Amino acid sequence: MTGIGLTHILVVSIALFFIGVYGFLTRRNMIMMLMSIELILNSVNLNFIAFNKYLWANKMDGLFFTIFIIAIAAAEAAVAIAIIINLYRSHKSIDVEDASDLKF
Amino acid sequence: MFDKLSLSLIPLLPLLSFLLLGLFGRKMFKHFSGIIGTGALLASAGLSLSTAYNYFFVSGKVDGVYQKITALKITWLEFSPGVSIDIGILLDPISVMMLVVVTFVSLMVHIYSLGYMKGEERFSTYYAFLGLFTFSMLGLVISSNIFQIYIFWELVGVSSFLLIGYYFDKPSAVAAAKKAFIVTRFADLGFLIGILILSFNAHTLDFETLIQRLTDPNSEYMRSAIAPAFLGFSSLTWGLVLVFIGGAGKSAMFPLHIWLPDAMEGPTPVSALIHAATMVVAGVFLVARLFPVFAISCPGALELVAYTGALSALFAGIIACTQTDIKRVLAYSTMSQIGYMMFALGVSGYGDESGLGYMASMFHLFTHAMFKALLFLGAGAVIHYVHSNEMNDMGGLRKHMPVTHITFLIACLAIAGFPFLSGFFSKEEILLAAFHHNKLIYAIGLITSGITAFYMFRLYFSIFWNAPSPLERAGGEAAHGEHHGEGGAAMMLPLIILALGAVFAGYIPFSRLVTSDGKPFETALHVIFSIAPVTLALIGILIALRFYKTQNDLPEKISSSLSGFYRSAYHKFYMDEIYLFITQKVIFNLLAKPAAWFDKTIVDGFINRLGTSSEKVSEEIKSLQSGQVQQYAAWFLAGAIGLGIIFIYMLTLN
Amino acid sequence: MTAQDIIFYLLAAFTLVSGFLAVTTTKIFRSAIFLLFSLIGIAGIYFWLEYEFIAAVQIVVYVGGIVVLIIFSIFLTQEAGSNLPNTAMSKKITGGLAAVFGFGFTLLQVLQHKFTGTTEQGIEPSVTNIGNRMLGVNEFGYSLPFEVVSILLLAAMIGCIVIALKKPVEK
Repeated sequence: MTGIGLTHILVVSIALFFIGVYGFLTRRNMIMMLMSIELILNSVNLNFIAFNKYLWANKMDGLFFTIFIIAIAAAEAAVAIAIIINLYRSHKSIDVEDASDLKF
Repeated sequence: MFDKLSLSLIPLLPLLSFLLLGLFGRKMFKHFSGIIGTGALLASAGLSLSTAYNYFFVSGKVDGVYQKITALKITWLEFSPGVSIDIGILLDPISVMMLVVVTFVSLMVHIYSLGYMKGEERFSTYYAFLGLFTFSMLGLVISSNIFQIYIFWELVGVSSFLLIGYYFDKPSAVAAAKKAFIVTRFADLGFLIGILILSFNAHTLDFETLIQRLTDPNSEYMRSAIAPAFLGFSSLTWGLVLVFIGGAGKSAMFPLHIWLPDAMEGPTPVSALIHAATMVVAGVFLVARLFPVFAISCPGALELVAYTGALSALFAGIIACTQTDIKRVLAYSTMSQIGYMMFALGVSGYGDESGLGYMASMFHLFTHAMFKALLFLGAGAVIHYVHSNEMNDMGGLRKHMPVTHITFLIACLAIAGFPFLSGFFSKEEILLAAFHHNKLIYAIGLITSGITAFYMFRLYFSIFWNAPSPLERAGGEAAHGEHHGEGGAAMMLPLIILALGAVFAGYIPFSRLVTSDGKPFETALHVIFSIAPVTLALIGILIALRFYKTQNDLPEKISSSLSGFYRSAYHKFYMDEIYLFITQKVIFNLLAKPAAWFDKTIVDGFINRLGTSSEKVSEEIKSLQSGQVQQYAAWFLAGAIGLGIIFIYMLTLN
Repeated sequence: MTAQDIIFYLLAAFTLVSGFLAVTTTKIFRSAIFLLFSLIGIAGIYFWLEYEFIAAVQIVVYVGGIVVLIIFSIFLTQEAGSNLPNTAMSKKITGGLAAVFGFGFTLLQVLQHKFTGTTEQGIEPSVTNIGNRMLGVNEFGYSLPFEVVSILLLAAMIGCIVIALKKPVEK
């Protein structure tokens, strides 16, 4: 029997989540921001799996959520990159601080 | 008994003529529109006459009493059981009499206009409007429902507006049309409220039921109606007074008369039809229609009618003596005569002999329609000839216009109450009724009859005698006048017919036909009683003869010796100025300006403040919208954590 | 401390350190590689949790798909070797504070909470079970979300193409 429980995994997940948040808030490059989002999504996935394993082993909901999130993350990444590339074409930059046309 | 179709056709034929001429007249029958309108009205008048014959002499009388017959009733809008707006035809002595008067005078005017309005640009429009007016007036007199009468009442107002403003390129005509409409409309507000009060009390809009319920002292409707309601008067009194205000507005009673003299801007035949013979008596008709309620349930309101009428009669008579525009003289004379009819109603009682005033009022309405229409049409002929309304431009016309001269003289004698002409009989009855009831009103009536004789003959002598007019002396205009003479047969024929009416209408035994309760009674001519009014009338005529038959300086002397009074009478006792003062100085300053201030500063100010303050706030917070996505994300995160803290630590349920 | 525990701690440390480096390094290509490591570390944790199928999906989709996509886009938009522009210190402090505070707050909640799980017999997360559930139409079936996600993916694909299409030059 192992001493590692749900809490340990959750701590890892939370740490990863806020690493992602930090990256999202500080990096100016949009691709970097996208990567931060991937980290955040992964931390959530880890959460779901952990809950599924330790709390609700008789169901598979967490597992399916993870699968769907992965699918959606793939779609999201594809769309985000399409947008980034389009933005790069029009602004010659993917710096998020340059993309501030939509303001007052 | 009464054929519904032919009864309905009486008002519908003029309506048809209106629609036909109004829609297609200008394009399709430019030259025949007069003929079409006149033809429709001829048929209508024929039907009215046959209806009158049928009613008065064949089938109207049952057991010696003239019945109220509802010949047709279509429920149009039902509010609740018993309370509904119906379109119907109610036949009783006054409505049948009015049918005859309206169609007859209207027919005369139609024929007359064939000559008078010939060559007008909007000839067919004119006939269309005449048709509309005739339809509305006929609908008014046969109304079986108090709301129906209100509808037609307004229609009459509209057609009067249209006809006064017929020469709409003249600013004065436009102003007069507006004035007439607004003043009568203002009075009609009273009428409407009166209708609502009466129908609220009686739980019906139907005339017969309403009268029956509000005259029966034992009915429950009556008990609630006569309970004191507002300012110490019962709701019935208020209702009747308000209805009378509506009638006073249409009938140009003091102080709502100010529109009538201005309404003379319309074509003269229109003045003859609307503002002398038919529409302006609608108020009298209305009071007569509700007469049982007035007389039986609320004599107080009837007193108001009597005094208003008497005051108007005298007031208008005095003003008429000073006016120089011949149509205005006639307008004030009309107002004076309607005052007669009103106070005759006011001094009347209900039923049998005591209903003499009622009978006399209707009688005078009938005869007045004849000679006043005649006067207006005669004045129209004169104006046609001279091209001016001013007395000073006339004089010595008797040789040039013999037919007009004779008929005008007849009308003047009739209105002055010269013995054995129509006005004599009706006026005697009125004065007799007043004598029995109220001596003060009798005295006013007597004085007014003298004044009437004076100003009518002042008018007559100024037009047909006196010195030749300046225009004629100048020669140029007169030559034009000679050119088209008196006017063709179309204009002379109505004058002659109406003159016959003015002479012989007095011989109709009215007391056997039109009475307050339908029961005929006999009247006799009291020769002794007639001496006073006839003498006064003769004195009036003689004074006028002395003053105006030949040119002299007596009138100027008299007027300058009475200068203050004369001037105020000449200015119509400053009634218009008083109205202007009340509206512009009092109402505008005391009511409208504070209201406008409230609207502009408080209401608008609140809304504006709302707008500017939200603009300021958004100006302050717009820098939050920086376009920096990461900033938004930081705020979002902060918000999410903040919400988390709130929900976990502050809003715990247990 | 068993071997399992040690393996977990190693995996966790690997994941977190790679993740942290991924968001802090100044060269974007390195950043992408650190992200790759981090994702692999998570896949490792899945293996450690005995969710082999998910671990495989993680590697196939993230490592094999998304990271490759990201690297492509880096090549399309950047000079791979150059440094990224520095972030303003104030921003770093704000972001860092936000992250640390959020981390502390959430950690507090997690540590304070008493988790109670089910005691029922678990289901083996085998590929057979997952497949049956995924396409099942009964009570625990996921065929409807499956279809919805399929349509989403289709829509995303079309959307990407439309967004990325070169617009015809306007005259």
